[in-house]
Amino acid sequence: MSGRVGIVVFPGSNCERDCEKAFRDLGAEPVMVWHGDRVLPDVDIVVLPGGFAHGDYLRTGALARFSPIMSAVRSHSGSGGLTIGICNGFQILCEAGMLPGALRKNTGLKFMCRTTRLRVANAETAFTSRADEGQVLRIPINHFEGNWYCSEDTLVSLQAKGQIVLTYLENPNGSFADVAGIVNEDGTVFGLMPHPERACEELLGSEDGAVILGSMLDHVTKRVAV
Amino acid sequence: MTTATSLHRDLGLTDDEFQQICDHLGREPSYTELAMFSVMWSEHCSYKSSRGHLKTLPTEGPHILVGPGEGAGIIEVAPGVAVAWKAESHNHPSFVEPFNGAATGVGGIVRDILSMGARPIALMDPLRFGTLDDARTRYLVDGVVHGISSYGNSIGVPTVGGEAIFEECYAENPLVNVACLGVIEDRLMHGRAEGPGNVAILIGSSTGRDGIGGASVLASAEFDETSAEKRPSVQVGDPFAEKLLIEACLELIARGVFVALQDLGAGGISCPTSEMTSKANTGMRVDIDRVHRREPGMEPFEVMISESQERMLAVVEPARVDEVLDVCRKWEIEANVVGEVTPSDRVEVVSDGEVVADVPADALAEEGPVYERHLERPGWIDRLQMEDPGDAAPDRLEDAFFAVLSSPNIASKRWIWEQYDHMIFLGTLQGPGGDAAVIRLPNSDVRVAITTDGPGRYCYLDPYEGARLAVAESARNVACVGARPLAVTNCLNFGNPEKPDVMWQFAEVIRGMGDACRSLVTPVTGGNVSFYNETKGRAIYPTPVIGMLGSIPEGVPARGLAFVSDNEPIVLLGRTDDNDLGGSEFAKTVHGVVAGRPPRLDIEAEARLIDLLVELRDLASSAHDPSAGGLAVALAEAAVVGGRGFKLGPRNGELHRWLFSESPSRALVTCRPDDVEEVLERADRNGVPAEVIGTTGGDVLGFAGCDIPLTSVTEVYEGALVETLSSSID
Repeated sequence: MSGRVGIVVFPGSNCERDCEKAFRDLGAEPVMVWHGDRVLPDVDIVVLPGGFAHGDYLRTGALARFSPIMSAVRSHSGSGGLTIGICNGFQILCEAGMLPGALRKNTGLKFMCRTTRLRVANAETAFTSRADEGQVLRIPINHFEGNWYCSEDTLVSLQAKGQIVLTYLENPNGSFADVAGIVNEDGTVFGLMPHPERACEELLGSEDGAVILGSMLDHVTKRVAV
Repeated sequence: MTTATSLHRDLGLTDDEFQQICDHLGREPSYTELAMFSVMWSEHCSYKSSRGHLKTLPTEGPHILVGPGEGAGIIEVAPGVAVAWKAESHNHPSFVEPFNGAATGVGGIVRDILSMGARPIALMDPLRFGTLDDARTRYLVDGVVHGISSYGNSIGVPTVGGEAIFEECYAENPLVNVACLGVIEDRLMHGRAEGPGNVAILIGSSTGRDGIGGASVLASAEFDETSAEKRPSVQVGDPFAEKLLIEACLELIARGVFVALQDLGAGGISCPTSEMTSKANTGMRVDIDRVHRREPGMEPFEVMISESQERMLAVVEPARVDEVLDVCRKWEIEANVVGEVTPSDRVEVVSDGEVVADVPADALAEEGPVYERHLERPGWIDRLQMEDPGDAAPDRLEDAFFAVLSSPNIASKRWIWEQYDHMIFLGTLQGPGGDAAVIRLPNSDVRVAITTDGPGRYCYLDPYEGARLAVAESARNVACVGARPLAVTNCLNFGNPEKPDVMWQFAEVIRGMGDACRSLVTPVTGGNVSFYNETKGRAIYPTPVIGMLGSIPEGVPARGLAFVSDNEPIVLLGRTDDNDLGGSEFAKTVHGVVAGRPPRLDIEAEARLIDLLVELRDLASSAHDPSAGGLAVALAEAAVVGGRGFKLGPRNGELHRWLFSESPSRALVTCRPDDVEEVLERADRNGVPAEVIGTTGGDVLGFAGCDIPLTSVTEVYEGALVETLSSSID
């Protein structure tokens, strides 16, 4: 399987190498993209990896949304390309307005690094096609600000449109309606707090993250084939 | 107003040391020179009380590529694969300001690793606090853990283990030690400023007034009521700047641009400018007007000794300066040429066109005072060793079991380690909570095991034996996960070395550590000494923390402490001495006693056990060493983590002695029933006593004659620490 994956590196990103390894092990061709670039290389998938872009200073994702690469990421998704924001990447996507809602501090006011159980709420997306609806995935979280929130109206709308993709079985951070991951209305932009790249190998305790990354690769290779 | 005569005393120098400085210079020092000497000759930087003793440690071996004296020890863990391994302390700053003290401790050790050309890939945090019934201790615990979490997580280096021990003696002097593992990605760096004409580039954060006198004022003196006034001496960390510094330096190392590299930590810019030139028999002319600053109006001496964080000094050929500046610009960190290597063997500091310091590099870095401090075995230790060790039978065994299990020293530290990113780099094959962490090196299948151990109580009862026990336990811990122990780093935490009993404890610990490391063939590759861990004249337990590194060949499956399937025989390797209860968790928790003698160690028996554990890589499905809390706790941990109980066979004698004794050189292993004969045979061949003591399975912990439900054990083990932390204080 192939699939060109552009991993955006912001100053302070720190999961870019892990994403690179996970995608490469799945047969994709990852390349690093510097946040200061204005154009993306020829890629099918854009990854905004976890970390602390710009030190998370001011507010998580608040500075990264202004990085020059972000307008290219916006056009990439506008033209149907897939974008996944993991953890800090999810925070950046929310700050950039590419996904609804915002991420607040965990209710326990502590950083949390642990494996969580997630329910696949929508298996019809480009990010979950390898899963069945209701399937439980074991994927680690690693964040201080993962408590997703939106207005009641937004939530109702997201639910109606199937944009809620992953929910926690045991909500670790207080997120609204147990939300762990959501897509935009077009189904091209996915943000999630758990780290699928950390769960792509039995040796590390779970291979369930490969369900998500693999679904994306299925989607883009199919698209190329058509 | 400080008078000229007392100035050196205010900076922590003695009258005699002041005279030595005058002798080195042939005149009285300038203000800037005096400040530079005060930090470089501080206990923290110069090891003036410990150096003579440290020289007796074994430091060489076939795997040791770089021993003590550089930023970190370098060990070859597989053909052509080298790692850096080093420990540091940040005790004093963390007591004054726990969040920043602990955070900058992480930052400092990471730069030590980076200075060797290695990418930092794992951290461990051995911590010691007072007991949790004290509100300030809880504040310290929260602040320290948050500081480590905040800094370590942000720079993207996993914190894969450590320790947390709570004991009254640390109440007003907590220990915040940190160890870091790195892997050499491209080339090994040295801190030698070779080549007159080459230039020195200061890379990283700007220099401010934070951390002035951190090494001399804070780390090299006892504490008293005025310690809070020393808060300005605690540095403030910026993990984002550190992350950029790491990436920029690693990129520049890979390009082969650096002639030499050293971090700026204790002693500020005075340290690398003198140490790098002293090692290379060169000198350096430093133009401090070109040091990028955080604030205007700084005096030359402030610039020279500021301990502002996240800075490195690199020596570069003039032709490659632009390349360095370009890479730093890309990573959005500042870099400036601040000096030039000279053939003079002196460090000259120029400010505003005027020479403000002109000092022989060797005088600062190498020729500081060395003290053979008076030492004396204290009388109290004989009395202490004669006292009742607290080994009487408890009223009810079950109550004693739960008391020990719920001790914060024993109960799960999940509350702490879940605040640390312990997974980044996809290499944590075994994380916190096990005997040792197992790390797979990036882009490789080479695995290393790391652990830290520092039984302060044993060292208090008998520093020589305690230090040997510390080395033995750390080696056993890495052997439990299947690794061959290779090398030791350490963090030696003691009271005031000017007191003869403290100095005796130190000398005994070094003697014990040296003996044990020689027997187990694990040379000491470096470490750190932290003296003056006293508040109001009360010293901590002598606490040598041993950081052990071991290697596991490619392809060997990871082996944890958990019981992995039902109906497996549980084999106890090694001999249990029913009298090894002195200094035990049982004696402390059940009887409130810390007295008697610590467990006896036969280091040859330990070496045989370690060989056997390594040899059992293919047969043992789990391995775990009974240490604090004895067999009872080791069995409980294996059951709780594995989610299955066990049943032991009947025993004669006083059960509490067998269950809670902390005899060293033992391990519990499990295996498939078909393999048990082979396990026993190999044990016999290695000269290790072995006995099948029970079988895994079921939902109770079946101690002979005392069945305890697994669910209640799990609840206590997992919940005790959080419950203690959230209980009210009267």
